Amino acid sequence: MLRFTLRRILQIIPTVVVVALLIFVIFSVVPGTFAASLFADGRRAADPQMIARLNEEFGLNKPLMERFATYVTDLAQFDLGTSFRTRQPVIDLINDRMWASLQLAVAAMVFALVVSVPLGFVAALRPGSVLDTVTMIGAVSGLSMPQFWLGLLMMYLFALQLNWLPSFGYGDGSFRNLILPAVTLGVTPLALLARTTRAGVLDVLNADFIRTAHSKGMSEAKVVRWHVARNALVLIVTTVGLQFGSLIGQAVVIEKLFAWPGIGSLLVDSVASRDIPVVQGTILVIVLWFLVINTAVDLIYAAIDPRIKQE
Amino acid sequence: MLKRLTLAAMLSLGVAAGALAAGERHGGTLVFTAPYGSSFATLDVQSSPNTQEEFITQAIHRALYSWDSNRNKPVLELATSEEVSEDGMVHTYHLRKNAVFHNGKPLTADDIIYSYKRIANPENAFPGASFIAVIKGAEDYIAGKADEISGLKKIDDHTLEITYTGTINPGFPLMQNTTVIYPSNVEDESTFGKTPVGLGAFVFKEHVPGSQVVVEKFGKYYEEGKPYLDRINIVLMAEDAARDVAFRNREIDVSILGPTQYQAYQGEEGLKGHLLEVAEVYTRNIGFNPAFEPLKDKRVRQAINHAINSPLIIERLVKNKAYPASGWLPISSPAFDKDKAPYAYDPEKAKALLAEAGYADGFEFEVTASPNESWGVPIVEAILPMLKKVGITVKPKPVESSTLGEAVTTNNFQAFIWSNLSGPDPLNALRCYYSKTPQSACNYTSYANPDFDKLYEAAKQERDPAKQNDLLRQANNLVQDDAPVWFFNYNKAVMAYQPWVHGLVPNATELAVQPYDEIWIDETAPASRH
Repeated sequence: MLRFTLRRILQIIPTVVVVALLIFVIFSVVPGTFAASLFADGRRAADPQMIARLNEEFGLNKPLMERFATYVTDLAQFDLGTSFRTRQPVIDLINDRMWASLQLAVAAMVFALVVSVPLGFVAALRPGSVLDTVTMIGAVSGLSMPQFWLGLLMMYLFALQLNWLPSFGYGDGSFRNLILPAVTLGVTPLALLARTTRAGVLDVLNADFIRTAHSKGMSEAKVVRWHVARNALVLIVTTVGLQFGSLIGQAVVIEKLFAWPGIGSLLVDSVASRDIPVVQGTILVIVLWFLVINTAVDLIYAAIDPRIKQE
Repeated sequence: MLKRLTLAAMLSLGVAAGALAAGERHGGTLVFTAPYGSSFATLDVQSSPNTQEEFITQAIHRALYSWDSNRNKPVLELATSEEVSEDGMVHTYHLRKNAVFHNGKPLTADDIIYSYKRIANPENAFPGASFIAVIKGAEDYIAGKADEISGLKKIDDHTLEITYTGTINPGFPLMQNTTVIYPSNVEDESTFGKTPVGLGAFVFKEHVPGSQVVVEKFGKYYEEGKPYLDRINIVLMAEDAARDVAFRNREIDVSILGPTQYQAYQGEEGLKGHLLEVAEVYTRNIGFNPAFEPLKDKRVRQAINHAINSPLIIERLVKNKAYPASGWLPISSPAFDKDKAPYAYDPEKAKALLAEAGYADGFEFEVTASPNESWGVPIVEAILPMLKKVGITVKPKPVESSTLGEAVTTNNFQAFIWSNLSGPDPLNALRCYYSKTPQSACNYTSYANPDFDKLYEAAKQERDPAKQNDLLRQANNLVQDDAPVWFFNYNKAVMAYQPWVHGLVPNATELAVQPYDEIWIDETAPASRH
């Protein structure tokens, strides 16, 4: 198990390196510069001297290879650079936003899990029932609904019509402010998890060992608890892991819509203003987050099903 | 007619009297929106040219001058009076004696000298350096050739002499958010970015990056009896639709409206009575590149202006949230020529002009455009059939907004559509058509007309504002005749506000930026604001 764990952790390093290089190359070729973005809205006239001063300060007038060398050297020392917009270390900006992103991701996942797994189970145990049909229609709708639109619907219903919750913002960090964005973000993993759970449970229910258990006279409740739940768990854990890993990336739209101060909205702002060090740093952190969770899932998976280690 | 006028005057007096009788009220919280997209980049506003940061600036900081929205001109802010020398170059400022920074330091001439040097410091590369460049010796300082800005001279703690490079109105450059005054006694300048200290009516309290900035009433603010509010939450609300829900839900007190919302709000009881409109100082236009052969010909550019039915686009697409443009200088500019008619929609005349220029069979050109709904790809799509009618084929070239500026300043376009600052200072606005202004600055259409240059240079020397405006009016009319751009519209900015909010002003420079120290809320505000 130790070797397996080490191997999986070491695999993260080349992935991060490749991603870092890709991000550098992509943002070196896309048109638009930080200095140009300062007057992009036409609210002030361009100032060539300021543009020259900024390009010099940020080293943007240096050849690509030289910038690349600086980037790699800094990265090797875990230095994500300095933001063009704020002139603060990128790591500080990410730290400022990480807690809000984590809150949102965890709340969305908890909401998704609490609702989806029981629903998926019940739907699978009663295939073809009204509940099953309704759950699956709901799941497909949840998967196909654009998050932006869903968020607006949530705001409209729970804030404007029912007046139960605030429609936007972080407030003073209260739970009430978290509910709407978390539920909106949680709908996609909820739908996916409900479908996965149902499929996983149905799969197990049709397996030979379940028939054997039944024929030995084991009660329905015991079969579900001892055999179905445990075997379906492998699939659920994998899906949860993958979904949780990608939640921070998915939160970009939600964070912008609800004025939620996470790294998703930081990324959007930084792309728009071509604040390349922050874009690179934020994407790297999101990728790293995904890889770490993925690795953790693999390890849990291996613990549940020892055959995985052999593969 | 006279009766009607008298009645109108009496009614407006009645309204004014009513407003006075109502009386300002102290206390409460205002939830103000910062509606322009991104998060606050930094709280060190001297370093940031973003409009978003102006919302913080207005609360926390003060500059030597400020914009008076009611008089539509810059006025002294940190000085109680100024004396101007015979030649108009040397201004002596008598600074307020009761102005105190939030850290307790009283304002002195040293703070202004310190701030202007910080802004112009070549190592900082701050955007306000170009505004400070109007001070004598600043160019050398910015270039690193001098240790001091020679035009800045402290007479005593409360008297400052500034020598300018010309007979300009220093109010325009020195009222900017990037030229505000910081205290000179803070040892670590990096703290300005996280815990700003200013002279404004409100003290910085909290910043939740990506969400909001909270400020609280400053007890030692120099304007007696102000501010009225105890607290302001300046919240980031980038999405129109989200802002709409929050405004209707009474969670925010003001909202800037886009064309669709403007139309909707006008038709709804309870909303239509609380809209504030102003002709802002931006001109939406399609700039033509004279390096592209057909657009070199003035007749072709005039033909395009005649071929497009601007009022129709403004009515249908922009939902009347704009004023048709009759030239470069907008309605709120002191040099606006109200007698100058816009180009008439006349396709036949357009065809005749094209034929005269040798393009009877038309031609094709490309318009670089961002996705902006009011001055981007949707507008280019609307003009396609109109220009097709006179034989011109237009191809939109969609780009992201930060790419647009780069394409234009590097001469990488045939035509572009943009919304550009065209006021409030007409001299500065028309600088963008002066032949000596490079394309990479703001002469995006590489405009060059010796007659214009003469008028502009004369206006630059003129000290009488009326005469100066007259010269600039003539220069503006030359630009209109030469049509280096398609004159589309002047932005009509619209703000919706809750009925309990008072003291908002029609700020033509940027409606969303409001003088917070003038704003107060009445007792009808919901409990969350008390």
